[in-house]
Amino acid sequence: MNAAQIVMPALGPALPELILAVGVLVLILYGSFKGERSVEGVNVGALLLIVLALFVVVSQTGAKITTLNGSFISDGFSRVMKALVLIGSGATILLSRDYFQRERIDRFEFPILILLCTIGMMVMVSANDLIALYLGLELTSLASYVIAAFHRDNLKSTEAGLKYFVLGALSSGMLLYGSSLVYGFTGTVSFPGIVSALHQSAGFGIVLGIVFVAAGVAFKMSAVPFHMWTPDVYEGSPTPVTAFFASAPKMAAVAMTVRVFIGAFPDVTAIWQQIIVFISIASMTLGSFAAIGQTSIKRLMAYSSIGNIGYALIGLAAASEEGIRGVVIYMIIYLAMTLGAFAILLALRRGSEMFETVDDLSGLSRTHPVMAFCLAAMMFSLAGIPPLAGFFAKFYVFAAAIKADLVALAVIGVVTSVVGAYYYLRIVKVMYFDEPKAPYEAMAPGLRIVLGLSSVVVILFWLLPAPLVGAAGIAAKSLF
Amino acid sequence: MSAAAAFFYLFSGLAVASGFMVIASRNPVASVLFLILAFVNAAGLFVLMGAEFLAMILVVVYVGAVAVLFLFVVMMLDVDFAELRQGFQRYLPVGGLIGVIFLIELVLVVGSWAIDPGLVQAPLGNAARGEAATNTQALGRVLYTDYVYFFQLAGLILLVAMIGAIVLTLRDRPGVKRQNISVQNARTQGMAIETIKVPSRQGVEV
Repeated sequence: MNAAQIVMPALGPALPELILAVGVLVLILYGSFKGERSVEGVNVGALLLIVLALFVVVSQTGAKITTLNGSFISDGFSRVMKALVLIGSGATILLSRDYFQRERIDRFEFPILILLCTIGMMVMVSANDLIALYLGLELTSLASYVIAAFHRDNLKSTEAGLKYFVLGALSSGMLLYGSSLVYGFTGTVSFPGIVSALHQSAGFGIVLGIVFVAAGVAFKMSAVPFHMWTPDVYEGSPTPVTAFFASAPKMAAVAMTVRVFIGAFPDVTAIWQQIIVFISIASMTLGSFAAIGQTSIKRLMAYSSIGNIGYALIGLAAASEEGIRGVVIYMIIYLAMTLGAFAILLALRRGSEMFETVDDLSGLSRTHPVMAFCLAAMMFSLAGIPPLAGFFAKFYVFAAAIKADLVALAVIGVVTSVVGAYYYLRIVKVMYFDEPKAPYEAMAPGLRIVLGLSSVVVILFWLLPAPLVGAAGIAAKSLF
Repeated sequence: MSAAAAFFYLFSGLAVASGFMVIASRNPVASVLFLILAFVNAAGLFVLMGAEFLAMILVVVYVGAVAVLFLFVVMMLDVDFAELRQGFQRYLPVGGLIGVIFLIELVLVVGSWAIDPGLVQAPLGNAARGEAATNTQALGRVLYTDYVYFFQLAGLILLVAMIGAIVLTLRDRPGVKRQNISVQNARTQGMAIETIKVPSRQGVEV
């Protein structure tokens, strides 16, 4: 084999990943040469890289393109989900600045780890074979374990990191075991190859493989019954890191799940549909009942995220184009609601003291009327009350489920969202009808930006739903 | 019996025997040493199959890094294995049940197994490409061309591991006295020795 035979793979579709990867290497060098003084520069640089990558992702067009020996796919779905991942990561960097400075853990490695994590998530979203999927997942997970323990002198943070690491390693093992079974029974790791191998026959081994793969991805999405780590990790991690875990990696994990089940197993829907339906019902139920007794807002958001994953999976269970469109819309709106809620949680501080319980919100409407109004909008939206965005998110997935003859699933979804409304509305009640406490400090500029943007999406979605719904429609179409 | 067959039985017999000794040995250090012996024998089996690259990797990675790391851990942490074995009888039913379930699963899976005869004929695909190349060359060719994406991703994962280790453990300790060789070398006689004229009957203040 001589040099002329080696064909350079087309790198254009992977340009956003390449920008981030090259940029992060430059930032690492800059950070390690400049030391402590580089924090500001690295943060700004990371934010610029994310904006640049987001710009490239949005400007990419065209139908399905695969490159890098068929293991990387760029289509409408990957572009929308990558944009969501990038928005989540960028918002995390904005949210983290003030918090880390005050906690005196302001180190330049944080934005770098966020960037590396983002690359991993984008690889997951664009994976077109099992190896790329696994490598992306590991890149994301390893960076996540480190940032969960980023506040290393804090016992809870290190505990969160260790817990996440041990359980995450277990789930990666399950995913790998499932992947190896799928590979063994189809003879290929590439998704199109698996599809054509399953046209001929689907043996019992495939069922076993799909079950293990489902367990692995369910862990990453924190869906019941693989959710046990979520409340502890969310509570222990530094709050901006919790905001990150609840936003960007969720987008990537859901995208990965859709990609695996719709991309690799479209003809054996009967096998995995029952798994997804079960996971979805269990997540919705646990998410709404277990959150009722929580006093810590971070734990409450953890259970809320478990429940929300359940709702998003209703769309996947429908296994139709409309269902996937519902999933994408749900994730867009969920991202806005989560980031907004965490921006407010991060604003609850006086001096170096952070406040994290529901009681600390009491009387917020009188001390901080704007903040209370935004949080009330987020909570009404999470409860699914029209005309806020959360209502439409649920509407699209329920409609898809009913069209796919999953009426029981939709009914359970409606019932659990009524139960869930209780604890969302409790927060509104505490803010508006309880005795006020001492006012908190003014919000940092990064928090204001994130809160403003997410409030606009949540409150005004009903005025102009077309762009987001249209983007989700294109994304769903590219998968079928 | 040919020489290859004789070596096969030698290596596999030793591998099975040392594998048994890993769990049977009372001394944990001896366990790890038997584990290393099992690895080396497995490497020998790989050489017999013509997979010399795998054999070398097995020795370098598993013996050189993993097993030695094990050995360090076993020697540094004073693990009382007798105590660990105490609950053995109590947990045997549950453990046995899980073992049986896995065995049934394995039998079911392997029972419906079908291996493409082409794969058995051409390990690593050398023959398919119509070239005679060593394992290492063949791997190198696909690693940097077909699988360059995975290779680079693996590199990023290792980078994260390195950054993570530094972030979580490196501490900046103030007030630690460190050797500074250039300062030591730059010392002159004048910096080290001070000559003082001592006035008679008065002494000097030190």
